[in-house]
Amino acid sequence: MPIGVKVLKRPTRETSYLRATLSGMALTFSHIFRPKVTMQYPEQRATDDWTLSSRWRGTHRMLTDEQGRAKCVACGLCPQICPANCIKLVPGEDENGHRYPLIYEIDEFRCVFCGYCQEVCPEEAIHVGVHYENSEYSRDRFVYDLERLCAQTHPVSTLWDPSDPKGE
Amino acid sequence: MTFFLVSSAIKVFVVFNVIMVGVALLTLAERRICAWMQDRLGPNRVGPQGLLQPAADGLKNFLKEETYPAQADRTLFTLAPLISFVPALLTFAVIPFAAPLPTPWGVVPMVVADLPVGFLYILAISSLGVYGIVLAGWSSNNKYSLLGGLRASAQMISYEISMGMSTVAVLLLAGNVTLTRVIAQQQQGGWFIISLTLAFLIFFISALAETNRLPFDLPEAEGELIAGYHTEYSAMKFSMFYIAEYSNMVTASALMATLFFGGWDIPFTHWDDTGDPSVLKTLATLAAFGAKTGFFLFTYIWIRWTLPRFRYDQLMALGWKVLLPLALGYLAVIATAIWYLHAQLGWVYGIPFGLALGAVNLVLVVAVVWWLDRGRIISASTAEVA
Repeated sequence: MPIGVKVLKRPTRETSYLRATLSGMALTFSHIFRPKVTMQYPEQRATDDWTLSSRWRGTHRMLTDEQGRAKCVACGLCPQICPANCIKLVPGEDENGHRYPLIYEIDEFRCVFCGYCQEVCPEEAIHVGVHYENSEYSRDRFVYDLERLCAQTHPVSTLWDPSDPKGE
Repeated sequence: MTFFLVSSAIKVFVVFNVIMVGVALLTLAERRICAWMQDRLGPNRVGPQGLLQPAADGLKNFLKEETYPAQADRTLFTLAPLISFVPALLTFAVIPFAAPLPTPWGVVPMVVADLPVGFLYILAISSLGVYGIVLAGWSSNNKYSLLGGLRASAQMISYEISMGMSTVAVLLLAGNVTLTRVIAQQQQGGWFIISLTLAFLIFFISALAETNRLPFDLPEAEGELIAGYHTEYSAMKFSMFYIAEYSNMVTASALMATLFFGGWDIPFTHWDDTGDPSVLKTLATLAAFGAKTGFFLFTYIWIRWTLPRFRYDQLMALGWKVLLPLALGYLAVIATAIWYLHAQLGWVYGIPFGLALGAVNLVLVVAVVWWLDRGRIISASTAEVA
């Protein structure tokens, strides 16, 4: 929805400040009884007019296959495209020739949450998540390893779709 | 004598504590009401409905660091919050807040000190508060603080005059400066809001200015002066200025209730002010007084969150060019009216006397509103928009 701009006419001649004052007082008084817009956060995480967008880009999540293994094939595209250089990937290969990540770490402090990793991923493995509560007690907890990325359960971002720019 | 001393000490203790708790709750009320007016909820986390928020704030202020500006005058800098804090509490001493309370040892008048000079004492003490503000501004050695202090003193002097003038009318009617007598007079002949409406309006506006509340809070205009006179203050010393401001509000509200709205009088009945004193009467009149004071406190908050701040020249123009001539002219008219009713017709103050004056006031208020409503006063210095 575009932002509506309300254009007010300024008085060009003498105006009655007395009446303006009284109507202003009436207005503020009437607002006391109107419904409040405050969302009481920890208890209330969404209201009728505010929910987190499905395009929100938050901390990452690695999707897994049926066996619970990460879908990642260690192709190396995400560390390649990452503008913040926050993804550390060491590829490995098993006896059947399947590639998998030996080390997959994302430094969430370096991350700029652009979502390129999700866009570029051919296996739809790494995703940015619809999630924003990330408090930790120490800084090193913000380097998410593969196990932790797989264990995340929050919904993943749908990102912006150029063919459907307004998300309709 | 012992009875007097003991009862006075108890009254001092109780009144002091009630005011301090009231001030604490008032800060919460201010924040919550302003939040409601802005469609928010306000602080509601600490305790039920946020009732313990003032305690949390107080605790925080005790724990914060006391800072001193390097070039500040240490003595005055420390003294200034006290100087503004003490008079704010002292003024309440002469305001009667309920009907006399009977005790087994005698009847206790419900006023801390029923001074014969009553109202004059209030005028004298309440203007002392500005010393605290001016000294705070000066001793901080900060140009913004100094400007805030200067503004406060100029504003205080300007509005003190019209405030004093508007209350002369009350004294004319009451024939006494003791506040208990002022209340007794109103119980007999109707509240002074009817017979002295315009005086109340002048008093109300001046009281807003005297307590440095919006729209007259020029001394701390944050857009221009950071925080004005208390820019350099932190922790409990800063808090003292706040407490002083809010206790001034309480006193001014109580004063408005006392001078114009019958004090602790319960309207439309003489049950409360005739016959023997009883505990029930004391409690009922205390509630009436509290309700009136509370209403004015709410109005204070209401006005603050509605009106924008005046520009400095507008403030001065309103004080000197509008309120002062208005108060003087009003005084002349009302004194003549009282003299005519009293000396020529031989009436004593009572309901007909009050209503007659009320009619005079009605005419005057209509005239003043008509005159103000033409918008010449405030827009006079506004540049014409092409």
